[in-house]
Amino acid sequence: MKRALVVVVFFALLVAGWEVLYRMKIWSPVLVPSPVTVGQYLIESGKDGTMLQATIVTMRRLLIGYFLSIVVGLPLGLLTARFKFAEDTLGVLSLGLQTLPSVCWIPLALLWFGQTEAAMLFVVIMGSLFSILIATDNGVRTVPPIYARAARTMGSGQFHTWFKVILPASLPFIVSGMKQGWGFAWRSLMGAEIYVTILTGFGLGHLLHYGRELNAMDQVIGVMLVIIVIGLLADKILFSPWEKFLYRRWGTQK
Amino acid sequence: MTLEQELQNVAPEKLVVENVSKTFRQRRTIVHALDNVSLNVREGEFVCLVGPSGCGKSTLLNIIAGLEFPDSGRVVADGKPVTGPGRERMMMFQEPALFPWLDVLDNLMFGLKLKSNLNNRERREVAQFYLKLVGLEKFIHANIHELSGGMKQRVALARALAPNPRVLLMDEPFAALDALTREQLYGDIQGIWEKRRKTIIFVTHNVREAACLGDRVVLFSPHPGRIREEFQIDLPRPRDINTVELAKHASAIRGALKQHLVSEEAEVPE
Repeated sequence: MKRALVVVVFFALLVAGWEVLYRMKIWSPVLVPSPVTVGQYLIESGKDGTMLQATIVTMRRLLIGYFLSIVVGLPLGLLTARFKFAEDTLGVLSLGLQTLPSVCWIPLALLWFGQTEAAMLFVVIMGSLFSILIATDNGVRTVPPIYARAARTMGSGQFHTWFKVILPASLPFIVSGMKQGWGFAWRSLMGAEIYVTILTGFGLGHLLHYGRELNAMDQVIGVMLVIIVIGLLADKILFSPWEKFLYRRWGTQK
Repeated sequence: MTLEQELQNVAPEKLVVENVSKTFRQRRTIVHALDNVSLNVREGEFVCLVGPSGCGKSTLLNIIAGLEFPDSGRVVADGKPVTGPGRERMMMFQEPALFPWLDVLDNLMFGLKLKSNLNNRERREVAQFYLKLVGLEKFIHANIHELSGGMKQRVALARALAPNPRVLLMDEPFAALDALTREQLYGDIQGIWEKRRKTIIFVTHNVREAACLGDRVVLFSPHPGRIREEFQIDLPRPRDINTVELAKHASAIRGALKQHLVSEEAEVPE
């Protein structure tokens, strides 16, 4: 309760300070709009549905791409951890591609797929796939071998051991890899949306881009705020439950 | 079974180790962990394997468990050669090896869920029974990291007992615990052994511990790992590790151990 109050007061002061700076007219109001105008933009864009529409388009790309990354990245990570051959081929390749900043995939995606949904999905997948794969691989390698030995004496077979012992034992690594992957995917998707107009859907990045084109600073700041809030919500909804579970079971401080 | 055995009609041994040898190749050296080791264990017997580190006693236990395989020789359990791990021979390690992503109950349920002849209600009952046996029924939903070292090892014992193995293989299970907890567990394990009538093979480097727990103490010596001597311990149970009679047995074993180590050093040119 007290902590919530601190948070509210802090942000109220932040906005108040912003309003004061605006009223002092140090900068042009075109460059520093009032928080009230930004609020008005958010309300209007909320009412006419543009903000919701753009959010849905962006989130759909992000979630589908991210889901595909997990579906592909997790098993591949298991493979590279288990088989020397996969480690020396796929593992090395992933490590290399992981070092590539994910926005660098955008030009290639556009040339291959054009200004389409496929290009967006490709960028999201390339952003998150490798960190999920590498985190899974890492996690599996750090599982104490004694877990598998104990499981085997209890009658656990090959597959059972993989799914019921090694995979859950590497959860701390997998969750942090998934979180990192989410961050990369989110950043690269925003980059792509700001960078190019996609004919099949108008996302938050485009909204941000057109804010600049129209010199509408209230729109630019408003969209940025929405992007921040989505990032925070994603953290709470997608990762917080996992982190709480890890904390409760492993007793690790997060 | 040979004709001779058939005619004599002897009860088959619970566990027979026949001429087992095992060497490990490291980068430059070859370690003869076990050299032609044979051992018979009767049903319900409590056998302690004792010896200095590197004498192959843990390797032998792993081979009996089916986690490792001998270079030559074989292990026969209940008349069937061991070809891999199985829940009729449950293993307990020096580390508890409990699964941190499961709570205490689910750790016990792990092995029970692999037994298809029980339904979930029965499995739960079995798990609760064994938790009670080790005195931890109050901690049924505790997380593993919340338990002390001794409690963890108790849960590990309950987990090993829950699927009702006939043979329990214990690899220095109390070595990492403090002396007080350890003495409590000596009492617990003897009580459980008498109640549940298990065959137990217990590996330790602590001679006194071996004399306290075993019906028979098998003395190993290293390089190469061989069985040197066997001692019958016929003290009444439950035994207290601090009694004088037990100390006498222990010192006899310790004396033999030292003697073998000295003659060992004389054999190895260095």
